[in-house]
Amino acid sequence: MASIELKNVIKRYGSGKTANQVIHGVNAQIKDGEFIVIVGPSGCGKSTLLRMVAGLEEISDGQISIGGRVVNDLEPSDRDIAMVFQNYALYPHMTVFENMAYGLKIANVPMDEIKARVDKAAKILELAPYLERKPKALSGGQRQRVAMGRAIVRQPQVFLFDEPLSNLDAKLRAQTRLEIQKLHRELGITSLFVTHDQVEAMTLAQRMIVMNGGVMEQFGTPEEVYTRPASTFVASFIGSPPMNLLKNAPDAQPGVITGIRPEHLDITPTGWALQVEAVEMLGAERLIYGKWAHKLHAADADETVIIRIEESAAVPALGSTLHVTPRADRIHHFNASTGKRMDTV
Amino acid sequence: MVERRTGIAVLAHVVMILGALIVAFPIYMAFVASTHAPQDIMQSPMPLWPGSNLWASYSAALTGSSGGGTPVARMIWVSFVITAIITVGKISISLLSAFAVVYFRFPLRQLCFWLIFITLMLPVEVRIGPTYQVVADLGMINTYAGLSVPLIASATATFLFRQFFLTVPDELVEAARVDGAGPMRFFKDILVPLSVTSIAALFVIQFIYGWNQYLWPLIAATSQDMYPIVVGIKQIIGTGESVSEWNVVMATAVLAMLPPAIVVVLMQKWFVKGLVDTEK
Repeated sequence: MASIELKNVIKRYGSGKTANQVIHGVNAQIKDGEFIVIVGPSGCGKSTLLRMVAGLEEISDGQISIGGRVVNDLEPSDRDIAMVFQNYALYPHMTVFENMAYGLKIANVPMDEIKARVDKAAKILELAPYLERKPKALSGGQRQRVAMGRAIVRQPQVFLFDEPLSNLDAKLRAQTRLEIQKLHRELGITSLFVTHDQVEAMTLAQRMIVMNGGVMEQFGTPEEVYTRPASTFVASFIGSPPMNLLKNAPDAQPGVITGIRPEHLDITPTGWALQVEAVEMLGAERLIYGKWAHKLHAADADETVIIRIEESAAVPALGSTLHVTPRADRIHHFNASTGKRMDTV
Repeated sequence: MVERRTGIAVLAHVVMILGALIVAFPIYMAFVASTHAPQDIMQSPMPLWPGSNLWASYSAALTGSSGGGTPVARMIWVSFVITAIITVGKISISLLSAFAVVYFRFPLRQLCFWLIFITLMLPVEVRIGPTYQVVADLGMINTYAGLSVPLIASATATFLFRQFFLTVPDELVEAARVDGAGPMRFFKDILVPLSVTSIAALFVIQFIYGWNQYLWPLIAATSQDMYPIVVGIKQIIGTGESVSEWNVVMATAVLAMLPPAIVVVLMQKWFVKGLVDTEK
């Protein structure tokens, strides 16, 4: 078990004038035994960051240490990490047992210990009946578990997961998510988990790193990220439907974006006047899409405001005017030019 | 619909049977000729059914007792050794060079690949003069090495393995790196086992290629006891005044056909899999 420290980590491809920088100096302190999720849209550099920790990508600048040891120039196998790949990357010609044992065999672990470790991992992951099968004869979920088993038997300091759930169907994904959580509770190994799925991020993370365009936008617990997003990007990326980011809220100051989540707008007799454009039924709740009833600023007054109401609440008629009031303690303010959170307006 | 299908099936079979007959008939005739006494074959028309001289023809061929010189058994042995060296050599060298070209970033990598690729356009025949000079200067005439080594370099096989290696997912390479497998370990434990079907397909192709070599052994082997069987057949056929014992010639031809046929029959399943299979 180990802590991980990222110090001003930079990744660029190419050199000189044609260099293309994709990670712009990430700093993060990850504590021993923490489960960290790195989340962001595709192309934000989250996988690259993980692969730099793994040693599969060179670190252009900055420093990564695992357990207090700088690993910049170490081979992946010397970093005491184990990785679960998106497509599992199982060796197709080896049985499940051989797949899990391969790393240990190379490390010259005695055969009886290999067997003991693999058997133990197989028991945890319920793979015992499949040890003699080839990956081809396994279902997607089972392959995924073999990939995790291969990571577990190495008894590494750090687990790295590169979108390991994205090839599973929705039901299996939810189930595997719980298994990963359970596994982390039992083994307590520091884990880095990359995903683009915010539900995965929110449910798995003890703390999460939100990335955008190679920049770390926020690093905090899921609660912090949800209730105090550090920027308009985080506010719109985390939460579904996303936070309303309004330039033209009635009481807004110029240059300040008002953020309010759809569930924090209450329908009241007076307040912000909205014209109802559409209503969506989602099961337990409904989403109401509204536009400002009277244009406040002529320029870009065409903003959509989303309101989330209970399924049992009265449904407003399309085209009617609705009054809503934001809950005062749930209003966020962002700087319109930088997109950063403003705690005092 | 059903009727039309039967029609097509019948037509397909007719074409297939015709094709098979055209291919098989000369082989059948060679076999028939090898079972008759020499004077029977010279009759017109030639007999179409197997005769009773089978044992005599084949034992004469195998022992070389009919005055033809080298026994066929010896020629088959020479052929077999040469073919084995060529086949194994080609496959190992191609695997290694494809491995280097695909997985290592070294200066002039692309140039190396293209140099290998260009030799595809230069068959043995084109470089036969200089090759002979080199082999002769090294004193390798009439040796197994001299007969096989110049035929080992193979752009075709290198290219085939390169294409296969390119389809191996990067994640597999990375997983091996995380598992601590060095390059040669990765090659031995993962790449080669994954290439088994391609290797089998190439084995068949190269075995037949090696077995059927004619021109190079013809000039690189000057002593009778180093003739591979394909060259040997030509030597058995009498020239000028001497009379050819056609039954022995045909028996030799049939014996020459057997080893490649056995290889193809035994490895057919793998051969097809290696050329068709894309699943890994």
